[in-house]
Amino acid sequence: MDACLLQCLNPQTQENLIHPMTQRKAVALISGGLDSMLAVKMIQQQGIHVEGINFFTGFCVEGHTHAIRNRDQARPKRNNALWVAEQLGIKLHIIDVIDEYKDVLLNPKHGYGKNMNPCLDCKGFMVKKAREWIEANDFDFIITGEVIGQRPMSQRKDTMPVIARESGADDRLLRPLCAQHLPETLPEREGWVDTSQLGAITGRSRHEQMALAEKWGFKDYATPAGGCCFLTDASYSRKLVDMWQHRGSREYSLDDIMLLKVGRHIRPNQRFKLIVARDAGETNYLKGYRGQFTHMAAISHGGPMTLIEGEPSSDDLELAARITARFGQGRNADRVTVEIHPIGGESMKLSIPPMPASEIAQEWYV
Amino acid sequence: MKYQLDATNLLCPMPVIRTQNRVAELAAGDTLEVHCTDPGVLHDIPAWCRINGHEVINQRREHGVIIITVKVSDD
Ligand code: SF4
Repeated sequence: MDACLLQCLNPQTQENLIHPMTQRKAVALISGGLDSMLAVKMIQQQGIHVEGINFFTGFCVEGHTHAIRNRDQARPKRNNALWVAEQLGIKLHIIDVIDEYKDVLLNPKHGYGKNMNPCLDCKGFMVKKAREWIEANDFDFIITGEVIGQRPMSQRKDTMPVIARESGADDRLLRPLCAQHLPETLPEREGWVDTSQLGAITGRSRHEQMALAEKWGFKDYATPAGGCCFLTDASYSRKLVDMWQHRGSREYSLDDIMLLKVGRHIRPNQRFKLIVARDAGETNYLKGYRGQFTHMAAISHGGPMTLIEGEPSSDDLELAARITARFGQGRNADRVTVEIHPIGGESMKLSIPPMPASEIAQEWYV
Repeated sequence: MKYQLDATNLLCPMPVIRTQNRVAELAAGDTLEVHCTDPGVLHDIPAWCRINGHEVINQRREHGVIIITVKVSDD
């Protein structure tokens, strides 16, 4: 081709003409659900090399967190994002964003959804991180499994451009499942992918996704109810807000947010909260925190491990022991012996009457 | 070279993330012995290795701790 003519073309088209066989590379945001799986497949079918990226915020719904409880042991103990990557034959990069995510959760520019879920800011943040990743790793564009109209906050036709703009990804962000309804992106314009082979899915109905899953032989995929993280859960959000209010600070650690996923949380007064294991699986898990919390368990009968958070008085500890006994096998006994291990203090044994269920006020449950 | 990584008391996916980040610093042929307590790693670390071309060469339990040895490939 004439050198002058070549110079008139944009740099990407020049590159395509000079290196027509350049293998284009995309990174896909993998949540572990069906939509991102289908989006990757759609793009793989166009000869693009795809790798996955998965961000761990600490709030992600993980099979293993459920599996802490005995009754959930039968569920497959798998990480859905890894499972999806394996089905698709792609590499997966799991990135710990726990610290950076705090600012997204605490100061969302676009506010919260129904609960403490800052979905729009969250998506913008994840696409921004993916944009930084493609720039550092020499990839060409980003794909997500978003579908117009599927989620009330982050997956609307008017909010999708906000994510593309605020993340800095702009036209390097392609949503294959609904691309036919969206403005053309860089990979389409450059001819790396053919828009006519991409999707035109909209809305909350899952029929088209299920038909594609069937066509490509995807079975056993995860169908998380309510979203990909605990922040969409009303009970979890309530516990999070309660924790912040009683600490007078919205700081949190990974341990804090993991513990909100476990046990009954009971706050009899402003000074302290109990976290009472609901079964042996949770007791086992809470044992890992014995060094950090005042804790107690019945020794005369079987029963749960309880962690105490806050500054309980000695009367409070007795109350906590009575509540702990209520949830153990001695609940109908006259007295139960509970061993208490105050953090940094001498352990002690209390013989107490278990608290009747009717005396545990409903408003104590967080 | 042989290396060790303590991922006890961490719930998945943290042990996988720690493994991934440590393996990225190692050379092909090195081994990394990962110590964990979340049984989820029995599924996740082998899955991560299969995806990324590394090899699980040993898996055992000692006093309630799951120990998985990963051999690093040059992938
Ligand atoms: S559900 Fe959770 S992880 Fe998913 S976009 Fe909303 S805040 Fe982010």
